[in-house]
Amino acid sequence: MSETSPQAGSAPRANALLAAVRRLGTSVLPFVVVILIWQFASLFFPRFLFPSLIDVFWRCIDIFSSGAMFADVLATIFRILAGLAGAFIVGGALALLMVRSRAVDNFLSPILTLFQGIPALSWVVFAIIWFHGVEFRIFFIMVMTTLPAFTFQVLGALRGMSRDLMEMVFSFRPTRLKLFRVMIAPAILPDILTAWKVNLGNASRVVVVAELVGATGGVGYELLQQQQLFDMAGALAWTLQLVFFVLIVQGALTLIENTVFRYRAVSERAI
Amino acid sequence: MRDIVTPGDAAIHLDHVTKVFGKAGSATAYRVVDGLNLDVRPGQMLALLGKTGCGKSTIFNMIAGLTEPTSGTVRVSGRDPFADFDSFRGRIAIVFQNDRLLPWRTAIQNVELGLEMLEVPAAERRATAQLWLTKLGLGGHEHDYPHALSGGMRQRVSIARAFATNANILLCDEPFSALDESTAGKLRAEFTRLVKENGKTAVFITHSISEALEIGDRIVVLKRPAKIAYDVSFDTGTGQEERELIRSRIGDVLAV
Repeated sequence: MSETSPQAGSAPRANALLAAVRRLGTSVLPFVVVILIWQFASLFFPRFLFPSLIDVFWRCIDIFSSGAMFADVLATIFRILAGLAGAFIVGGALALLMVRSRAVDNFLSPILTLFQGIPALSWVVFAIIWFHGVEFRIFFIMVMTTLPAFTFQVLGALRGMSRDLMEMVFSFRPTRLKLFRVMIAPAILPDILTAWKVNLGNASRVVVVAELVGATGGVGYELLQQQQLFDMAGALAWTLQLVFFVLIVQGALTLIENTVFRYRAVSERAI
Repeated sequence: MRDIVTPGDAAIHLDHVTKVFGKAGSATAYRVVDGLNLDVRPGQMLALLGKTGCGKSTIFNMIAGLTEPTSGTVRVSGRDPFADFDSFRGRIAIVFQNDRLLPWRTAIQNVELGLEMLEVPAAERRATAQLWLTKLGLGGHEHDYPHALSGGMRQRVSIARAFATNANILLCDEPFSALDESTAGKLRAEFTRLVKENGKTAVFITHSISEALEIGDRIVVLKRPAKIAYDVSFDTGTGQEERELIRSRIGDVLAV
């Protein structure tokens, strides 16, 4: 005869729940601390320096609920994504050319390194002098500031591909398209997703600078308005729009990573 | 005991093949293969034996069409495997020293790889891959990723991948050297049975005399740079005493 304790099944469940709460607490705690410090400061400093986060929250709701203001957020998001996509396509093509030809690599590498040294603000100035259209100016700035990183990251991914695996796939005599589909794309995908994650943060900072100087709409433009009004709650609310966007896209990229890269072995011992 | 194959009959024909790495004539030039002549008849299982660095893998790569000879002629089924690279799609299969499975593909997807290159319809591809995995004792592991399989299981998948395309020529580069002796022994026996059953022509690179005697029906021993030092053919009728003589002779050649 065997007996089963009613506690036997509930104990692991309780432990799992506790672990989940602990994980959530660990990830939320830093934000809670920052919020509390800010809110505490708002009790002692003038509103234009440290506004209450409740005010900031309502300003965020205003932005979400107002069509005109939310259109500014969407315009900025579109500019970031268009700039990143442009830089990724051009950077990916350059990386392919560089990996195929040493001469192209020797020619392009110094130029891209030079571009990396040019501050984003300089590209803003160049774009204003060279181009008339606001959207093209911003697109140009976004592409030029993220192009070197994308190119070098894709180049590194292509060069880091396993020679053994490449040789194995070659032994089956694939067409170029099949070689790309079965070998190159899956091999470089992890590095490409990392490149997008890194460049997304860079692009969201650059777009604000570009809009601040050269645009008539968008989060950067709205931030300039808040600065002129000395409206810190507004400035924070507009900044948070970009932060939310970056967090959502980063979350989506992480979700893709977790789904696509489930083939990876996970060690029980962390680094 | 020397095997006579006329070039016209040969499945693999190497005529005065030389391979030099580095710029020919320069101080850094390194001659790996030196005027090698070798013919392998259809259905033959040739074991290429030699010390490390004697050019076995270079010969292997030239037969596979992955490397071009510096001089001489390489022909597989009458054609140049390097120049006519694409025409050998599905005709040459390779089992490498390590399994070389694509980590992002499951076992069955890895076996399907060669069939995908041959544009085999998905259902047929899946059925063929399943059949070979089952033949190699991997039923139930079709959807496991390589990291979840043991070294022996991974090498079985790579053998299944090579057999699935039904290629006439099978090239094997020390495929069992990374496995423990017990697993290697079992796989070797299975492998030999499958090659014979399916009438493949196989070139099997090894540095183990015992493995060469167990697998091959012909053994070619190479000296450095790759040139034939000893060439012997035998069959199932070859007695133990004669095999020991062959072993001893190979040992002498390798000791030089």
